[in-house]
Amino acid sequence: MALIEGETGKWEMVIGLEVHAQVISNAKLFSGASTAFGATPNSQVSLIDAAMPGMLPVLNRECVAQAVRTGLGLKAKINLTSVFERKNYFYPDLPQGYQISQYQQPIVGEGVLTIDLPDGSTKDIGIERLHLEQDAGKSMHDQDPRRTFVDLNRSGVALMEIVSKPDIGSAEEAGAYIHKLRSILRYLGTCDGNMDEGSLRCDVNLSMRRPGEPLGTRTETKNVNSIRYVQQAIEYEARRQVEVLEAGGVIEQETRLFDARKGESRSMRSKEEAHDYRYFPDPDLLPLVLEQEFVDGLAAELPELPDEKKRRFMEDYGLSIYDAGVLVAEQANAAFYESVLAGGKRDPKLAANWVTVNYFGALNASGTDLDDAPVDAAKLGGLLDLIADGTVSSRLAKEVFEAMWESGKDAATIVEEKGLKQITDEGAIEAIVDKVIADNPGQVEQYSSGANPKVIGWFVGQVMKASQGKANPGTVNQILKRKLGG
Amino acid sequence: MSAPTRMTLAQARDALAAKKISARELTEAHLTAVEAARPLNAYTVETPEKALAMADASDARLAKGEAGPLEGIPLAIKDLFCTEGVESTAGSHILKDFKPAYESTVTANLWRDGAVMLGKVNMDEFAMGSSNMTSTYGGVVNPWRRNGSDEKLVPGGSSGGSAAAVAARCALGATGTDTGGSIRQPASFSGVVGLKPTYGRCSRWGIIAFASSLDQAGPMARSVRDCAILLRSMAGFDAKDSTSVDVAVPDFEQALTGDVRGLKVGIPKEYRVDGMPAEIDSLWQQGIDWLKAAGAEPVEISLPHTKYALPTYYIVAPAEASSNLARYDGVRYGLRVEGETLDEMYEATRGAGFGDEVKRRILIGTYVLSAGYYDAYYNKARQVRTLIARDFKAAYETVDVILTPTAPSAAFAMGANMDDPVAMYLNDVFTVPASLAGLPGISVPAGLSMDGLPLGLQLIGRAFDEETLVRTAGVLEEAAAFTAEPAFIAGD
Amino acid sequence: MSVNLDTVRHIAKLARVRVEPAQAEALVGELNNILGWVEQLGELDTKDVPPMTSVVERGQPLREDRVTDGGDPEPVLRNAPDSAHGFFVVPKVVE
Ligand SMILES: [Mg+2]
Ligand SMILES: [Zn+2]
Repeated sequence: MALIEGETGKWEMVIGLEVHAQVISNAKLFSGASTAFGATPNSQVSLIDAAMPGMLPVLNRECVAQAVRTGLGLKAKINLTSVFERKNYFYPDLPQGYQISQYQQPIVGEGVLTIDLPDGSTKDIGIERLHLEQDAGKSMHDQDPRRTFVDLNRSGVALMEIVSKPDIGSAEEAGAYIHKLRSILRYLGTCDGNMDEGSLRCDVNLSMRRPGEPLGTRTETKNVNSIRYVQQAIEYEARRQVEVLEAGGVIEQETRLFDARKGESRSMRSKEEAHDYRYFPDPDLLPLVLEQEFVDGLAAELPELPDEKKRRFMEDYGLSIYDAGVLVAEQANAAFYESVLAGGKRDPKLAANWVTVNYFGALNASGTDLDDAPVDAAKLGGLLDLIADGTVSSRLAKEVFEAMWESGKDAATIVEEKGLKQITDEGAIEAIVDKVIADNPGQVEQYSSGANPKVIGWFVGQVMKASQGKANPGTVNQILKRKLGG
Repeated sequence: MSAPTRMTLAQARDALAAKKISARELTEAHLTAVEAARPLNAYTVETPEKALAMADASDARLAKGEAGPLEGIPLAIKDLFCTEGVESTAGSHILKDFKPAYESTVTANLWRDGAVMLGKVNMDEFAMGSSNMTSTYGGVVNPWRRNGSDEKLVPGGSSGGSAAAVAARCALGATGTDTGGSIRQPASFSGVVGLKPTYGRCSRWGIIAFASSLDQAGPMARSVRDCAILLRSMAGFDAKDSTSVDVAVPDFEQALTGDVRGLKVGIPKEYRVDGMPAEIDSLWQQGIDWLKAAGAEPVEISLPHTKYALPTYYIVAPAEASSNLARYDGVRYGLRVEGETLDEMYEATRGAGFGDEVKRRILIGTYVLSAGYYDAYYNKARQVRTLIARDFKAAYETVDVILTPTAPSAAFAMGANMDDPVAMYLNDVFTVPASLAGLPGISVPAGLSMDGLPLGLQLIGRAFDEETLVRTAGVLEEAAAFTAEPAFIAGD
Repeated sequence: MSVNLDTVRHIAKLARVRVEPAQAEALVGELNNILGWVEQLGELDTKDVPPMTSVVERGQPLREDRVTDGGDPEPVLRNAPDSAHGFFVVPKVVE
């Protein structure tokens, strides 16, 4: 729990997040129009999405399945009966004059999400609910001084609104929450988590209180669309509320809009204009009733989720919490790691190190996707095998890897072509050691007089250099110590 | 053969099949009648070219022996149905000139079966009304007159244009929609048969919504058989309507056996409301006697929550309507009145586009859903609706069908009842309970008032048992032998 | 419960319906008349009665996740009172 030091003492943040996650589906929640991103304006609009007179909604089965999968992934209660209601308000990108959403009876009830904090600890954040609803269209206010343009392509796309309990205590925890949620959604294949395209959008509910005191009045900051902005919005709003409270003011329950350029938020509407949404069950839709078998079938097909996978990686492979965490953040990365392991009898820790440091480093540096990378799991595995059997030293292995990345060739080929094979033959190494000792009597003297025992390291370096790095360092050490009488 | 427009739909169908008349001749006769009936203000749009093209196509299919069940039958379509490329405005200024790019499922079913569209017919704005006086096109004139009077009367509503067109013989049949009585009440006022099917029987897709949990399309025609024929084509499961029910559509015409022996007919005592005119009461008794004479067994039943049906309806329907009508905002179609700001544009558009009754109901609906009032009004009404549906369920444990009057009065003068909304709402006192319970109902012209105006009797059936409804209505129709004709018949 | 002029103005605003001052005055009486009449429902004890949304007694049908619609802006924009560059156009919205 991060406490804020105010003028008059400590304050505690109480944060709840509402995340709108766009459901992965071919067609919209209640119509057969496409959900694909980036089409020309109003080209992916059915007459239902445009709320033409007499048009009626029909629910998409896959969107329901996606919500249930997500609920299961959040270890939440699946409500076998849920109800779609209308949230009534006027806005040009809301053609029906209401949003079809779920209110009193959502499809998913309480659950839990475990977040991972940088110090290696975890914290459970409660999930209040998840419900299905329609997205609105898009209003463009900046194209013309006097007019707003409306595109309904997004209108009717399925969203899952995932509401946390007010269990989040800092901007850092909020970041960890979104990271984890995004990871789970991507594992489940229910949302692509692409915040740039608006597939994941966040509203921040925040209030301040003195430690141990009851909850204060909260504000809602809307549409904060990156993890960094969420953290900025939280810091900004926490400071603002503390200033108001310490000056003896009261916090207005209000909706605020975040301005990413300024890193600030401003009040969107005052209380007297507060909306009265007049929710009521949509009479065009009957209650959504799920069979337990339907839910069980989806549960049976659920993938291993990040937390379970992390636990397994630590237990089965002996990985550190950090390495395991890095590997499981993305399902594809974890799968890559496991396919490296699966190719042979390989050391899981060595493999983890190579995957997280060298391999992901190279991906990052080259801006390449896992799918398009020049080195695949089998090739990386081949390199690990050469390290394990002593063919290449760890140091040279890095050089080999770079060459593999550049050429796409496998490790054995590179080693062969570049003659990087490690020298393990004791006779050959002994010859080099003898020559280095003969050429450097001064250093030999320093060592044997006991004046500078560390000079042995210098000798190792000289031998390695003379062998162009190919000598097995362990063997070099052994022979040196024997010859120098250590 | 009588004049083409004087035939019933079934007679016309048989004449077409026997090649005694061509679809073109039948349609031309009706187009002439449509023109002659203009003083009634029943049609809002006439589509003669479309009608003739459809009739020619029907003749071609008739010649090839590929005729559908409604081949060549000219119909009037209530303006609440979206018809592709033809103005579909729900009788509202806010949908001025709106030409949909789609065809409602029900009308598409009719065209699939060979029917011919004569045009769109007038209605209360967004189907809100019982007089047809709330239409942006003005009221429809009932073709009936009181004996010795020339005062113009309303045809009932909201399907007033449909009722008047059928009564005046300028359509063989018409589509209507019924939310709280909008098929049955105008049928009663205009001396025609109107059938509201079970909720879920006909698709709502492409019908401009008033109150989604109540709206139901149905046929209006000059005989029970004609309604049965039309319903078979209109009905059917539609995957595009989530509230459509997947049950088989029987050949309702086959149900007209004339045999009601042993049928238990419920007579709900709560329908003997205070101040009911004696002539309505005696017509009801007459109906009981007719069915009894035909071998049915009248059984007194109780529907204890009847008196709460109207107030329940006047919460539920406006609540749904306030939300359904939010889409008329001047952005994507229909009327737009410009404003400096977005909200000014919305308010100006909706202020100018909606008539008084629609505004009243939008405001009531907004109020009963708003924070602080939801439980007291809207939720309470939904609970009472449960009680009303339970009343019927219990009754159908002992009876097969229920007989009541359709409306508490005969047609009234245009302009009457306009200053007191609640008095106007009372027109639906006998039709609303079945609407709330989603049950099928039919109104059959059964007699004349002392003034010479038609009066209907209503039968209410079990859910999806329109066959019993049709069978009983057929017997009632035969016994009543209603042969009176309105003062105005197009082409006479 | 009864409505006054402020309530009428408030709900008219919520519903985005312009109501002229004289009309608003008249609506106070009309709405109170209707609301007073519907309040007779209060006579009924509805404790433990489940509220009805639909008479259809089954769950919601589901459709397959296939793209079967859209793809053409023309029928979407055809009836628009104002459009430009393939967008619907409204007076500028200031947030
Ligand atoms: Mg929110
Ligand atoms: Zn939401």
